[in-house]
Amino acid sequence: MAFISSGYNPDKPMANRITDIGPKKFDNFYPPVIAKNKGKWKSHEILAPGVLVHTSETGDECYTVRVGTCRLMSITLLREAMAIADKHCDGYLRFTTRNNIEFMTESKEKCDALKNDLMSRKHPGGSYKFPVGGTGAGITNCIHTQGWIHCHTPATDASGTVKATMDVLFDQFTEMKLPAKLRVSMACCLNMCGAVHCSDIAILGYHRKPPIIDHEYIDKMCEIPLAVAACPTAAIKPAKIEIGGKKLNTVSIKEERCMFCGNCYTMCPSMPLADDVGDGIVLMAGGKISNRISAPKFSKVVVAFIPNEQPRWPTLTSTIKRMVDVYSGDANKYERFGDWAERIGWEKFFEKCELEFTHHLIDDFRDPAYYTWRQTTQFKF
Amino acid sequence: MAKHETPMLDQLESGPWPSFVSDIKAEAESRAKNEKGLDYQIPQDCCDDLLGVLELSYKHGRTHWKHGGIVGVFGYGGGVIGRYCDQPEMFPAVAHFHTMRVNQPSGKFYSTKFLGDLLDIWELRGSGLTNMHGSTGDIVFLGTTTPQLEEVFFDLTHKLDTDLGGSGSNLRTPSCCIGQARCEFACYDTQAICHYMTNEYQDELHRPAFPYKFKFKFDGCPNCCVASIARSDISYIGTWRDDIRIDQEAVKAYIGGEIPPNAGAHAGRDWGPFDIHKEVIDICPTGCMRMDGDKLEINTPECTRCMHCINVMPKALRIGNDRGCSILCGAKAPILDGAQMASLLIPFIKVEEPYDELKEKVIEPIWDWWMEEGKNRERLGELIKRQGFQKLLDVTGIKAIPQHVAEPRSNPYIFWKEEEVPGGWKRDINEFRKYHQR
Repeated sequence: MAFISSGYNPDKPMANRITDIGPKKFDNFYPPVIAKNKGKWKSHEILAPGVLVHTSETGDECYTVRVGTCRLMSITLLREAMAIADKHCDGYLRFTTRNNIEFMTESKEKCDALKNDLMSRKHPGGSYKFPVGGTGAGITNCIHTQGWIHCHTPATDASGTVKATMDVLFDQFTEMKLPAKLRVSMACCLNMCGAVHCSDIAILGYHRKPPIIDHEYIDKMCEIPLAVAACPTAAIKPAKIEIGGKKLNTVSIKEERCMFCGNCYTMCPSMPLADDVGDGIVLMAGGKISNRISAPKFSKVVVAFIPNEQPRWPTLTSTIKRMVDVYSGDANKYERFGDWAERIGWEKFFEKCELEFTHHLIDDFRDPAYYTWRQTTQFKF
Repeated sequence: MAKHETPMLDQLESGPWPSFVSDIKAEAESRAKNEKGLDYQIPQDCCDDLLGVLELSYKHGRTHWKHGGIVGVFGYGGGVIGRYCDQPEMFPAVAHFHTMRVNQPSGKFYSTKFLGDLLDIWELRGSGLTNMHGSTGDIVFLGTTTPQLEEVFFDLTHKLDTDLGGSGSNLRTPSCCIGQARCEFACYDTQAICHYMTNEYQDELHRPAFPYKFKFKFDGCPNCCVASIARSDISYIGTWRDDIRIDQEAVKAYIGGEIPPNAGAHAGRDWGPFDIHKEVIDICPTGCMRMDGDKLEINTPECTRCMHCINVMPKALRIGNDRGCSILCGAKAPILDGAQMASLLIPFIKVEEPYDELKEKVIEPIWDWWMEEGKNRERLGELIKRQGFQKLLDVTGIKAIPQHVAEPRSNPYIFWKEEEVPGGWKRDINEFRKYHQR
């Protein structure tokens, strides 16, 4: 390999340097129908799962075909998406917040051809490259984080759990049979770089063992006061230890106070938490972000722990499938997952979903915990 | 022939949902073939080694990536996340495998020309793997070596007029919904303000000077498609103050079953004929709607703009004309002190360039306060909790109104300020004792 210079000169880093220019302006990339009708849209309709038409005051129409993606995409796959956009959509495409790709055209005929083209493309293993769906009263793409493929703090894999889950829920992506939209989200540790805490169903990676302390190296690799200060429950304090006749600075952990958040590990690599048996998944449910009918709300923990069962996490996916099926059969039209659980009562939710209620599910973290206990004689047997 | 056996990952190639394993294998193959004859600037077999290290994680049930380490481009404190493999001898091609965050265009529209140019850079100088997009909204380039960071940055800025995004304790790359570009619900131009604020605050975005991360997200309406209310320190949510516009003929068409409710979102199941009472009027959270004969009436002062009726009957009901946004502050995911939802600070503000009122009366006073008082790794929401919502009102000069609370306090422990009590707090004990014996 011969180094190919971009023109950057490491000896003169400021020479010819361009900084602080921000992103390219968005309107460079509008398809013509968007550029012409921005701010003039009148209404929309979902013609079929994954296919939308927006109608403008000018009479123009914009047909959109939405496809799910893995979020993690190669340039080979993206170039295939670009070729589709060149063929059907005048060379434009967009991505949604939930990692879908949207292809837009101005006519119904082009839209049908586009949809057929997208659904015809498969990977060698048989999976769709561009499955059409993700609209209306169904499940759209599952947002997720990096997981084992590219992060240092995960308690599970992200791409794998999502692939396994979306395979099980695939029909709900390509159809619109649920009472309302259902958002499934995945974050591989409590840092939640993909904020999943307000999702209808949230898959969350979680550690269950306190950090292992690398006593011999901690004082060389970390600022011990930062590690101490990082602990939200003040479980870490400075300590001394003798190893091989040498007195070393280290930390000690009051293990029963550890909430396994990994915040210390973020500050200090000499305190790893990862463990094949300790790590796994917390399943949460009933959150939402929309202000529609009811206020946005947090997801609640409904299963305290599901072990990591890579590569396909069968306990996780079957539990989610059961919850979605029970919700689908029991909720009213327009009723979101959390609104349904609140209407029937959480005691009925656990009964209907055949989930065991354990002490782990009663909040004991700081003041807000009190407000979640039942302070009425109204409950269901 | 694959470089590493991946029996566990191979099981993720079947099933209908797109397989990331198949995709990474395709990229590995493309690099191995190298039909363009590129002189790849990072190891050609990096995708093979990435699959190898992931397979090892599947075997061990633990990640094999180490902490970041300080890497970046000159003069910036963010935009690059260092990443090193903890088994570099086994997987040398991904031993150093850093992430670069590239600032996405607002709304995530692309021409294939521009996207293609981005990918060409990444094919030559990186792994060829991306996230489109990362959780915050950036284009994420997954995996390159330290010497390539400056080269990628130089190419991005010189060839594509595109900058890096944020990471670390700074303003994170702002993001927005599709907005007025293709949505009739958008109450303001989310992309315009997102782009403007991103450029206005480039210094805050690239050079970490904050106590912790800070996020702006722009939702065009209360449906909140970018989840700003749950995950941004300042959340801008479109709203309006006047009447919902009603097309009575279209209302009749919905009642008559001529138009599918909720834009056809429920078409996959037979829910029976549309019933405007059951599906709209009776589940309106404020009960502000009624039928007067065949005419739909909305009592605007009672409406809280939840979007339900508009979502159900988009061809009959439209957002009002007096539009702007509500501003809510302090949302965050659980780390450290538990998750917080954003709290309403400003019920309504017009959203018009150059956004002076927003910058000078809201954003900058909040930053001044947080940079002065915020502890290391304390998000704005946690500072508001620690010092009180009143303090947020103080620093922004906003008067308390009932809209700020779900309900008034149920304890009377009011922290009166001295200036609020006539005569102040300085009193003379001897004067007091003239009337009250010891």
